[in-house]
Amino acid sequence: MPKYESVKKVLVIGSGPIVIGQAAEFDYAGTQALRALREDGLEVVLVNSNPATIMTDQAMADRIYIEPLTLTTVRRIIEIERPDSILSGLGGQTGLNLCMQLAKEGYLEKMGVRLLGASPETIDKAEDRQSFKDTMKSIGQPCIPSKVVEDIDSALEFADEIGLPVIIRPAFTLGGSGGGIAYTRDELYEISREGLDASPIRQILVEKCISGWKEIEFEAMRDRAGNAITICSMENLDPVGVHTGDSIVVAPAVTLSDKEFQMLRRAALNIVEALGVEGGCNCQFALHPESFEYAVIEVNPRVSRSSALASKATGYPIAKVATKVAIGYTLDEIPNAVTGKTFAAFEPTIDYVAVKFPKWPFEKFVYAKRELGTQMKATGEVMTIADSFEMAIMKAVRGAEISLSTLRMPKLEYLSTEDIRTKLSACTDERLFVVYEALYRGISIEEIHNITMIDEWFLSKLLNLINYERSISGKMLTEEEYIKGKQLGYTDSSLYQLSENPIRYFRAPTYKMVDTCAAEFSAETPYFYATYDDGDNEAAPFTDEMKKPRMLVLGSGPIRIGQGIEFDYASVHCVWSLQRMGYEVIIINNNPETVSTDFDTADRLYFEPLTPEDVLNIIKQEKPEGVIVAFGGQTAIKLTSFLDKNGVKIIGSSADSIDMAEDRERFDALLESLNIKRPKGRTVLDCDGALTAAKNLGYPVLMRPSYVLGGQNMIIAYSDNDIREYMSIILATKNDNPVLIDKYLSGTEIEVDAICDGVDILIPGIMEHVERTGVHSGDSIAIYPAQSLTPELTERVIEITRLLSIGLNARGLVNIQYIIMDGEVYVIEVNPRASRTVPYISKVTGIPMCELAVRASLGEKLSDLGYKYGLHPSANTVAVKVPVFSFEKLTNVDTQLGPEMKSTGEVLGVGETVREAIFKGLVAAGYTMDVSGGVFITVRDQDKDEIAPIAKKYSDLGFKLYATAGTAKLLKEAGLEVSVVDKIHQNPDNNTKTLLDSGLVHYVISTSATGRDPAMDDVKIRRRASARRIPCLTALDTANAVADALASNFSEESVALYDIHEIS
Amino acid sequence: MTKKAYLILQNGDVFEGKSFGAEGTVISEIVFNTAMTGYVEALTDKSYYGQTPVYSFPLIGNYGIIPEDLAGQKIIPSAYIAKHWCDTPSNFRCEENIDTFFKANNIVGLCEIDTRTLIKTLRDNGTMNGMITTDLSKVDHKAIAEYRVRDAVKNVTTRVKYVVPCKDAKFRIALLDLGVRETLIQTLVGYGCEVHVFPASSPAHEILAVNPDGIVIAGGPGEPTDNPDVVQTLRSLKPKNIPTFGLRLGHQLLALANGGVCRKLPHGHRGGNHPVRNTETGRVYISSQNHGFTVDPSSLDGSIARVSFINTNDGTCEGIDYLDTPAFSLQFEPDACQGANNKNPLYERFISMMEGGKNA
Repeated sequence: MPKYESVKKVLVIGSGPIVIGQAAEFDYAGTQALRALREDGLEVVLVNSNPATIMTDQAMADRIYIEPLTLTTVRRIIEIERPDSILSGLGGQTGLNLCMQLAKEGYLEKMGVRLLGASPETIDKAEDRQSFKDTMKSIGQPCIPSKVVEDIDSALEFADEIGLPVIIRPAFTLGGSGGGIAYTRDELYEISREGLDASPIRQILVEKCISGWKEIEFEAMRDRAGNAITICSMENLDPVGVHTGDSIVVAPAVTLSDKEFQMLRRAALNIVEALGVEGGCNCQFALHPESFEYAVIEVNPRVSRSSALASKATGYPIAKVATKVAIGYTLDEIPNAVTGKTFAAFEPTIDYVAVKFPKWPFEKFVYAKRELGTQMKATGEVMTIADSFEMAIMKAVRGAEISLSTLRMPKLEYLSTEDIRTKLSACTDERLFVVYEALYRGISIEEIHNITMIDEWFLSKLLNLINYERSISGKMLTEEEYIKGKQLGYTDSSLYQLSENPIRYFRAPTYKMVDTCAAEFSAETPYFYATYDDGDNEAAPFTDEMKKPRMLVLGSGPIRIGQGIEFDYASVHCVWSLQRMGYEVIIINNNPETVSTDFDTADRLYFEPLTPEDVLNIIKQEKPEGVIVAFGGQTAIKLTSFLDKNGVKIIGSSADSIDMAEDRERFDALLESLNIKRPKGRTVLDCDGALTAAKNLGYPVLMRPSYVLGGQNMIIAYSDNDIREYMSIILATKNDNPVLIDKYLSGTEIEVDAICDGVDILIPGIMEHVERTGVHSGDSIAIYPAQSLTPELTERVIEITRLLSIGLNARGLVNIQYIIMDGEVYVIEVNPRASRTVPYISKVTGIPMCELAVRASLGEKLSDLGYKYGLHPSANTVAVKVPVFSFEKLTNVDTQLGPEMKSTGEVLGVGETVREAIFKGLVAAGYTMDVSGGVFITVRDQDKDEIAPIAKKYSDLGFKLYATAGTAKLLKEAGLEVSVVDKIHQNPDNNTKTLLDSGLVHYVISTSATGRDPAMDDVKIRRRASARRIPCLTALDTANAVADALASNFSEESVALYDIHEIS
Repeated sequence: MTKKAYLILQNGDVFEGKSFGAEGTVISEIVFNTAMTGYVEALTDKSYYGQTPVYSFPLIGNYGIIPEDLAGQKIIPSAYIAKHWCDTPSNFRCEENIDTFFKANNIVGLCEIDTRTLIKTLRDNGTMNGMITTDLSKVDHKAIAEYRVRDAVKNVTTRVKYVVPCKDAKFRIALLDLGVRETLIQTLVGYGCEVHVFPASSPAHEILAVNPDGIVIAGGPGEPTDNPDVVQTLRSLKPKNIPTFGLRLGHQLLALANGGVCRKLPHGHRGGNHPVRNTETGRVYISSQNHGFTVDPSSLDGSIARVSFINTNDGTCEGIDYLDTPAFSLQFEPDACQGANNKNPLYERFISMMEGGKNA
């Protein structure tokens, strides 16, 4: 029973697709919230457009709408479901904005829906810049001099008054989207304009720049009775100026004396009181490094990325408690599930440090601007726990999967000290490593501090690591030196490399607990981290007695493009399936944003890097029957051969099966023996070899490094020049893996996820991509069931899937991508593991794919589990997965789709027909579906044959066509009316860029033979479109599908809405 | 090369670590504190008389020694235990690291032990005595077992009476010093009080001689029953009906003076995160605490005393309102209830009691 007795049926709004600034943390928070509501016997309705989430699983709520998160759709769902309440604070900025708009327009009141959690007044006081400032002033909390303006002139005027530099922050945007620091009036002009555009209410804040101050955060919680606590303090290693999502963050704050700490803690408590927060709240402060002067930067009265971090850093389940508070409980009535003894009305205290390290997408986007600022760019993060900062940062860096095992970055070693000194002033994703190299070169802490403003405390700790590395260089380690190294966070293999001597000792870690209370109370549901002190190994009492058979699951690490939340979904389902089968399940993961690292997901959680030594140590501690690698993406898969060699039993497809799928020669041999076709290809090591291979195969060719993840560094080369450019980039990374060159076949792409039990396979569903091969499968619109496959081809796909699964000796999930061309089926790649599409297909077919895969991996037969082999009968509805991108956050990244994956998230569209499903998918992905205005078209030569019919569709819908000269000529020849637009360099005043700025264009269709380089006109156009939020379609198939969806006469009012329980 | 140092607990457990600060051999009561900051303030916290704090947060000394926060006060703890101490502290007010300060002030330090294991031992077995030494030959188990904190108040109270003036003072307060914190006196001055600080042994007539508007009894260390003279003084003062505010040990002694008893907590409350609930309003506040004993409320006559605050973790008494005299007392630091613009209802209550007395 909730405390508010009138609350019986609650609508929860999720946060939608994963984008930079709003990621998996809201699945974690939402999942906790749903459970907390249902625990109280409430009927729960969920709306979230993101099918890759655990919260949208059938079992999570009574009614689940995987539908667009728009006002119209949410209103329709409220009318269908008639909830009495709506929960505002768990769905990120998206959920908060929707609730606020519904409340403000009087809709909630009209429908008798009560807003739970943050009230509109609270939200306004925190989010509306002016009322925020007024509120802070009324309680004596200092703010940074700033002014809300709605036009550029006022911005310039105010900057004259307070002096440059200033920071521009647009109101109501994700992750500070569209903001930035302006050092000159010109920059101010440009950033103001972008900021005004980015803000849905055309409002920006111009603020005195306080870069270099310490950035400190407090997570606070307040209930309706006014009880308020702070859960955790956090200090950013990167001072103010770098978005907290892009900062290395330490919990608790480490450089504040008690006076400063209490001052800011008290400020946070006073702020939540003044705002009348009911639930969680994040308070960000800037603190002058040389005085007590401080300012409140920002307050978020909702759960957030920081609250997920604070939750995982302390063990305090913020989302759960916030939900209980929203339905009327006071903090002293909510039990603390970790201790089982105390209540939520206390402040967690920790006896370790937690370090968060961001994961950036720059290794995929070679031309992206790597500078960090007020715009968040990271896609994910890792968190580690240790009893010293040194060990925590070491674990964080090796767990971030950036090919580093220590803080010394090899490519920086080649630079001169002067270059390093220069690089110190650039704040990029590599700054930590530049700082480390600078310390290594003997540049003083003082000098580095003066340039970077990073607190000397952090620099001294880094110097401790350097001094240690120096002290053991070329030396046979003594036991004392070895243990010191372990305590500083080095792996045995790093110690071997640094000392250049064999390591003669072995020390197993002692695992300690995260228990919210620094051992003051004994804990019931703790989680663990490794230290190297000689005290109690607190995992031992849990691991010594084997009460049930035990399994260990490897998680998927930080969220990145190509390996997203889908893999957390898969890992968590793997854990739950094993638990249902009677196993005690252990999970290892280092991603604080996820459900898998929630304290009660597995029987035991180890918050540790997914690296060989760390994982093996845990395996030795736990002695599980087997280890499951197939659900944790490439992160887990790449540990397979190491674990196999160390005698660890791999459950599911074996190390040998995985190798056979990944090793080109072995895989080709398998295909040949089974008489299955694949595009012809070669393996090359250098540029000349690549050119020769391309000549033999014939352009275009597909190029990629062997052992890839998410199409990383994959391109289609149309000419020798493309090959030269590509090889120079690949060879520069000093990666010794060969490069694969394949003949590029332009056909229909088909994707299959199958489950193999060793006897036969089950295919829950076959997907067909809207875009032809050449666009990465993760970036394609994927339709289920496949629409254009003939029965014969369908049979052939089933047959090949069976042959390959059995041939690879796979157990569990297998993902295969096919090309259909001229009636032939070609195999592109096979992955004997869970894929990105598992949650999508599980939801639309209703088949519990992860559970079946786990059972099959452990020897159960699908036929015994009530399933027929072969292709599962298709659903009556059509579903599409539409990718969502975060291009507006990544400066200079070409938005043209290609073989390299670029999307960060996805949404689902379900309908009776393909057109309805695509219409809904596009709406959910953020398309406004305008059917008026203009379309600007510029396409590459090879697309020119096909563009005219697509352009005609837009013209027939009443759009005015604009095109560059070459494309325009073609369209005119096809009898279409079209305005010619000059290229940027042809006419400074009237060109493609000014056209996009004019507001006349509502869609852009842009393809170019090459891309990537931000200096190219085509790339500039696409960047402009992204900045102006104009949908930019970079594949003709997408453009065609969008035209058909626009022509379909569907509207948000008319499309059918589905409860996910009904469609499968 | 830093020297090895050891902690030998009363139950025989031995922790081997390293020495920092001064070298030496110290027997004391070992108590743990879960606050993540505040190690500088702890050095002058009189409640630590005869005790050695061990901090659960592993990184101690991050902001070094800040003389301003020591406020020229005497160093109290017998010794100090930290998992790691920081040799490169960073803070704009920091003057030196804790190692040099401990050496200069003869504070024995022990580091590089697994403090979490130690704290769990204290949690499960109760507060214990222990010896810190660099010399295992000095271990004397009998001495460790027999150690008791004695004459704690006598050792930390002011030796002579003194007056802390206040410009335009509205009230005159007599403060009985059982080991008061300097910050409390400053807070009272901030509320317009001229504070007359008395040694703990001062008899009632001396206190009454300054004609106080209010009496504050604050501090401190040790066992409440060690202070029968102070309890007697409080009994003598009671009939005068002067507004009285008891804090920490003062809260306990006020209870004894009113016929109550105190009992020892298993491992004390030491840290910055103790939740206390106002029994009247239901509001919960997070408080700083440092005490090993608690008032047993069932020992008090319900017609003269009412529990005003309880600890929501273990249900122990955290505050008492007296019904027959204008007096109330708190076990925790009143800062817990501070609101916006530095308003604190607890101090305001005391002030309004004094105002009531004046108006009557």
